[in-house]
Amino acid sequence: MAFTLPKESYSGKVLSLTFGKDDKAVTIGGEDTLPFLSFEGSIPNRPAIAYEIQDSPIDDWPETLKAVYKDVSDDPVKWARYCQDELKAQAIALRLVSTHPDRENRSADDAAKTVSEVLSAVETPLIILGSNHVEKDSEVLVKVSEAASGHNCVIGKAQEGNYKTIVAAALAHNHKLIAMSELDINLAKQLNILITQMGFDKSRLITDPMCSALGYGLEYTYSVMERIRLAALMQNDATMQPPILGDVGMYVWKTKETMAEESDVPEWGAIEERGIAWESITATSMIMAGANLLIMRHPKAVEVVKKIIDELI
Amino acid sequence: MALSGIEIFKLLPKTNCKKCGFPTCLAFAMALAQGKTEIGKCPDISEEAKSKLSEASAPPIRTFSLGKGEKAVKVGGETVMFRHDKKFFNPTVLGVNIKDDLNDEELVKRAKEVVDSEIERVGQKLRVEAISIEYASNNPERFESAVKAVAESAPDAILILNCGDPSVLERAVKLVADRRPLLYSATDANAEALANIAKANNVPLAVSAEGPEALSALTEKIKALGVEDLVLDPRPKNAGEMIQHNTIIRRAALKKGFKPLGYPIINLVTREDSLLEANIAAISIAKYASIVVLSSIEKWKNLALFTLRQNIYTDPQVPMQVEQKIYKIGEPTPESPLLITTNFSLTYFIVAGEVENSKVPSWLAVMDCEGLSVLTAWAAGKFVASKIANFIKESGVENQIKHRELIIPGQVAILSGALEDKLEGWKVIVGPREANGIPTFLRNRAA
Ligand code: B12
Ligand code: SF4
Repeated sequence: MAFTLPKESYSGKVLSLTFGKDDKAVTIGGEDTLPFLSFEGSIPNRPAIAYEIQDSPIDDWPETLKAVYKDVSDDPVKWARYCQDELKAQAIALRLVSTHPDRENRSADDAAKTVSEVLSAVETPLIILGSNHVEKDSEVLVKVSEAASGHNCVIGKAQEGNYKTIVAAALAHNHKLIAMSELDINLAKQLNILITQMGFDKSRLITDPMCSALGYGLEYTYSVMERIRLAALMQNDATMQPPILGDVGMYVWKTKETMAEESDVPEWGAIEERGIAWESITATSMIMAGANLLIMRHPKAVEVVKKIIDELI
Repeated sequence: MALSGIEIFKLLPKTNCKKCGFPTCLAFAMALAQGKTEIGKCPDISEEAKSKLSEASAPPIRTFSLGKGEKAVKVGGETVMFRHDKKFFNPTVLGVNIKDDLNDEELVKRAKEVVDSEIERVGQKLRVEAISIEYASNNPERFESAVKAVAESAPDAILILNCGDPSVLERAVKLVADRRPLLYSATDANAEALANIAKANNVPLAVSAEGPEALSALTEKIKALGVEDLVLDPRPKNAGEMIQHNTIIRRAALKKGFKPLGYPIINLVTREDSLLEANIAAISIAKYASIVVLSSIEKWKNLALFTLRQNIYTDPQVPMQVEQKIYKIGEPTPESPLLITTNFSLTYFIVAGEVENSKVPSWLAVMDCEGLSVLTAWAAGKFVASKIANFIKESGVENQIKHRELIIPGQVAILSGALEDKLEGWKVIVGPREANGIPTFLRNRAA
């Protein structure tokens, strides 16, 4: 029997998206094949990785991770500079956790001030994230969009319950936007449709189908991402063509596997390697499923995922 | 490729003798096409027709066992490219490669690591199943004694004899033939000799060549020599090639019915950096490998890879669940605390584990929520006050305990008022949000 290469032909293409400015700008997406199948399509851009930083001293990260940032995590500006200068971050994701009503409940104006300070301290492209509180984010993200005007940032996350004000702000100040839904391809599609109906171009959207950590629902995220990619490429479904985000770090570093001391669970092995493996393998799985942008925390996990991407592309 | 009912009918005796239990040959053919009966039910079918039919009805990717006895593991038999289309069936076998030029003590130590690799997660026992012994010493006696030492130290492990030299391999395989080791690997240079060894000892054979096309030529040649339990190594140079090769092989088998590539895949993922290796192995597990061979198996690495394998191979239609009932943790008395959670396996095992860690004997009520986690079940209207109240009343727990206090997960604190209304005479106590807060919480209450 003669071998013939079983090639798939794809009618659709993932949209490409650029954020940040000048020569530091990052472009993601643009591929017209399933992840890393370069024998049947082109993959013009590598998946990008953003380092996560926060606007208030870390409280709930495990010690092994906290230690990495111990000298800088008291100040988002220092922290951002550290990511840019020492870690050579390609992008930075500033999470405004302090605005959450259950945390410090800082005001939208305070958050905007933080954003301005970070933006004037670094040139690395910035992703600006709220605290994931639906109502509060709709205030905070409006103010920070304004403060970041002209910087071509990524703003997020717009959800079903708050997208209107956030979309309007991202539109007015020319930012890119993350649309997040909850682990369901139909919800993801519907939110993208609602957002584009407001006049927000789909080529400026990033889909976040919601991440989950290895061992804690990873298989759901994995399959939802695969299905989104298949819809984009095979069915040429335009609403499913924006690049995909995997917000990895925040789901990984709260699992027991990243926190439990080896003395408590000797059969789990070394805590530091375990945490780094947990984050990197979650991230690697996400890019296998179609993610174009990752938000991560541990520099060693980022480093190994970069090496993986080097091998893949 | 599957045959249609009509195509099958053409191969039958057409006597309508009814011995198969069907009224006509056509009815039998139709049932056969739908997989509702077996060819063997027709006693009069010709040998030729039978072989045509079984060839055509063979699964697109061959399934067979590695190893022998209780710990034998099935490989192959996959039917889809994407897990959401149905499910992935036979989880990737994990193995470690040990070179025969280590001293005996070190060899035994490495083999014992495999024996000790078993851990339990979400109720499943997970382990590194295979050991590959690599002929690196260039000394045939050394190889034999290494094979013996490893085989004895790890009596349940699936053995992979990693040696391309037919004369050396032939002697080594005799030592462990009853364990059905996998021979690794037949190449262009030694295919015939290795095929003969595999056939003589009735053991599976790995075939390796650069890329799917070269592989397919080689498997055809080997199959013609009478060996059918084959495993494919497309020898990728890097992770990118690995995904592409594995995808092409799986696709050719499933979508084109291309038999020369219809076998399980093996990937050797050796990298100097163990963390990098773990990530390459992750790609291999997600993208179609049936066997992954690593160069080291640290505990943290095993835990991560076992977990990923479990995630990728769960049935996407049915979350893993445990039985609804009141579980005893430790030896609870009528005064011991009562906690409630859902029957999603992951949730149950995490919570039960933490209650156990607390060393406070307890009752754990596990309610059937169709295998959903606490918040998901709550959001889906399954873990709500009225249903919880019914469950508690019907469970009979009121006869087992004297107090009337129910500890609920912190994430559904919002339920406590409504639940107290529905569960007359009960007090609802809100526990911590995360299970890792349970030990302190229970100990403080006990104090
Ligand atoms: C995977 C997942 C799903 C899977 C289901 C997986 C499953 N088998 O349950 C799918 C995709 C099917 C799904 C569906 C839905 N989901 Co969902 N899902 C998740 C996700 C990502 C993880 C859930 C999980 O597995 N957690 C792990 C388990 C172990 O957690 P747990 O059961 O809560 O247990 C922990 C604690 O509660 C505690 N605990 C447990 N029991 C007890 C008992 C006591 C006494 C104590 C003290 C503590 C305790 O210990 C555990 C470990 O700390 C979460 C988000 C997230 N990252 O958490 C959303 C999430 C739970 N889902 C959500 C929603 C809304 C839904 C849907 C309704 C909407 C949708 N997307 O379609 C549907 C409903 C499903 C249905 N059948 O109708 C929301 C719930 C929001 C809310 N606050 O109400 C969440 C929080 C996502 C979000 N941020 O919005 N989901
Ligand atoms: S037993 Fe065979 S020949 Fe007889 S009716 Fe059935 S299929 Fe036909």
